[in-house]
Amino acid sequence: MKNKKKAGYPAAFLLLATGVILLLLLNISIGSIAISLKEIERALLYGEGEETVLAIIMDIRFPRSIAALILGGALALSGYLLQTFFHNPIAGPFVLGISSGAKMTVALAMVFLMGRDVAVSSLVLILAAFAGAMLSMSFVLLMLKRVDSMAMLVVSGVMIGYICSAVTELVVTFAEDADIVNLHNWSRGSFSGMSWENVRVMTVVTMLTFFAVFLLSKPLSAYRLGEAYARNMGVNIRRLRVLIVILSGVLSACIVAFAGPISFVGIAVPHLMKKLLKTAEPIFMIPACFLGGSIFCMFCDLLARTVFSPTELSISTVTAIFGAPVVLWVITERRQRE
Amino acid sequence: MMQREQKKKQALENSVCFLETKKMCVGYQKKVVLQDIGIGIGQGEILTIIGPNGAGKSTILKSIAGQLKLLGGTVYLEKEDLTKMSGEELSKRMAVVFTQKLKGELMTCEDVVATGRYPYTGRMGILSEKDHEAVAEAMELVDVTPIRDQAFECISDGQRQRVMLARAICQEPQIIILDEPTSFLDIRYKLEFLSVLQKLKEQKKLTVIMSLHELELAERISDKILCVDGRDVVRLGTPEEIFRSGYMKELFGIRTGNYDEENGVVELAPPKGEPKVFVIAGGGEGRSIFRKLQRKQIPFATGILYENDLDYPVAKALAAQTVSAKAFEPVENEAVRQAKKLIDTCEKVICNKEVFGTFEKANEALLLYAKEQGKADDRIR
Repeated sequence: MKNKKKAGYPAAFLLLATGVILLLLLNISIGSIAISLKEIERALLYGEGEETVLAIIMDIRFPRSIAALILGGALALSGYLLQTFFHNPIAGPFVLGISSGAKMTVALAMVFLMGRDVAVSSLVLILAAFAGAMLSMSFVLLMLKRVDSMAMLVVSGVMIGYICSAVTELVVTFAEDADIVNLHNWSRGSFSGMSWENVRVMTVVTMLTFFAVFLLSKPLSAYRLGEAYARNMGVNIRRLRVLIVILSGVLSACIVAFAGPISFVGIAVPHLMKKLLKTAEPIFMIPACFLGGSIFCMFCDLLARTVFSPTELSISTVTAIFGAPVVLWVITERRQRE
Repeated sequence: MMQREQKKKQALENSVCFLETKKMCVGYQKKVVLQDIGIGIGQGEILTIIGPNGAGKSTILKSIAGQLKLLGGTVYLEKEDLTKMSGEELSKRMAVVFTQKLKGELMTCEDVVATGRYPYTGRMGILSEKDHEAVAEAMELVDVTPIRDQAFECISDGQRQRVMLARAICQEPQIIILDEPTSFLDIRYKLEFLSVLQKLKEQKKLTVIMSLHELELAERISDKILCVDGRDVVRLGTPEEIFRSGYMKELFGIRTGNYDEENGVVELAPPKGEPKVFVIAGGGEGRSIFRKLQRKQIPFATGILYENDLDYPVAKALAAQTVSAKAFEPVENEAVRQAKKLIDTCEKVICNKEVFGTFEKANEALLLYAKEQGKADDRIR
């Protein structure tokens, strides 16, 4: 049985990797103008092709797809970290108000800086988002210190989410016209309009964080057994907790800074991956969540772009349709088991 | 008496110990639960903490295990300060089994046991061949090999507890700390579980510190017993020193019923009132009658019992009055007279015996006396 279980892992990862490549190609190929595989190959490998096609691929679809790939992975990974941190299956950056907190500070930073005609760089956006993410996280942690329960976690998360969204609305309402268009699109969540500079920054940040998280897989695997046992295994709990909060905060910040808040991916993907791998070992879950998140987001972005084309749906609309049922399924299944 | 206790405590603290605590003060945050705890045990010894609920048994265990910050004092392991030891070093020397459930999502029992190898694996936590061997050996030792592929979340409490022990064993510790390890086990597994601990103690010189609710088991397995009563560490000593007559009643504040330290026998509260029935007992045949009468709440008297008779401790706990005689001496006439007086006041006399031994002549006479009065009966109504 043990061996059978282990033999399943390469197959699962192969499946995920294939899924990522397939969806990447589909995302580049499908759209108002269909692009054939051959054209994609020529454009990506040799930089050749018809000018409009090349422009569509290199300036619009390719960076957008890569953004969905990177940020989707980051989103699922940050969800997984938060679920592990809180020992709570429905924790995620969106539910806990972390996305909303980041959204608020990014909106404030944008309006404030644009009002002074300062160009807003990707790094500044990430920093602002990170500050907001930490703000929400501290609020949730503070509330949990008073009442430590699963309900309290979700309630305080949702509440801080509402508060931050209200502030964001306020900022957007009183911002100048030019900014509003920009903010409005972004605050609903979207992968559109990604520049290569954006993509470069998000890739570097996410990859570094991913690597750091992967190195934590041993203490994480101890931590998920419960803190008392982890401590007995020699894990420095306090340091690990701080690291988890920071790393998940960086990931959430990166997502919100570039694509705005995106719901349900953070909760749904880790559960789907657990079902696929039939294990919860972090050493397998961390890469699987990343790949799964990439697939999930690229798939949803494809639908968001194409279903009602030329009207584009917000990404959260699509992720909610596919993600929310997963959350319901997780909760009912848990109840039944208990 | 007190002084002698004090001296003994001092002597224990001063002797060279494998693990010892000095002026240890334990509690949560700022709230002190117990203070000035001085425990000392040698390698390969079993120390059991007993005491009423909420007395601080778990608090002591958690503090020694480094799960709770000490509020004062120190814990030494082979003269080394435990609080200054790195988490990694401590994890190679001390393993724990807590009442708190281990969250083993999607893990098989073998996976859970393997987590005990954590301190020995490398950066990424991948098990080596040697680790797998240690896991298999530990599972074999506590007899959980047959369930190794079953999901940890779906096994019974008894199995889970043994898996947790296997996990602690394959951590290859010098000390193992267990908080009420037998609480959810049935009697068979209680005995098996403690036997494994004894085996480990013998084979691997493992030192064990645990809390137990089962006093009779604590008495059997422990080398040393620590009594805590919620305000103080009251006593530390060998089972023989601790299980003295009447002490458990005092330690636990038992108000109804009785615990007999000498025999490890528990009895419920005796029926109230003047005795209505007289039981002629002896040789252990009276016990079941006593308990039956207790269940029916009929107050009774009994006699004449030698003080070393099996029935005697039960009679002491349950009978309204017990007429007794010194062991290995002939029954005195005074006792017979007393018994007859009791028979006079009782409505009925119960005796299960048909044949009396040479040294039971007095009881045989009592039965005759009862028959003359038409009170003899061999059943309880």
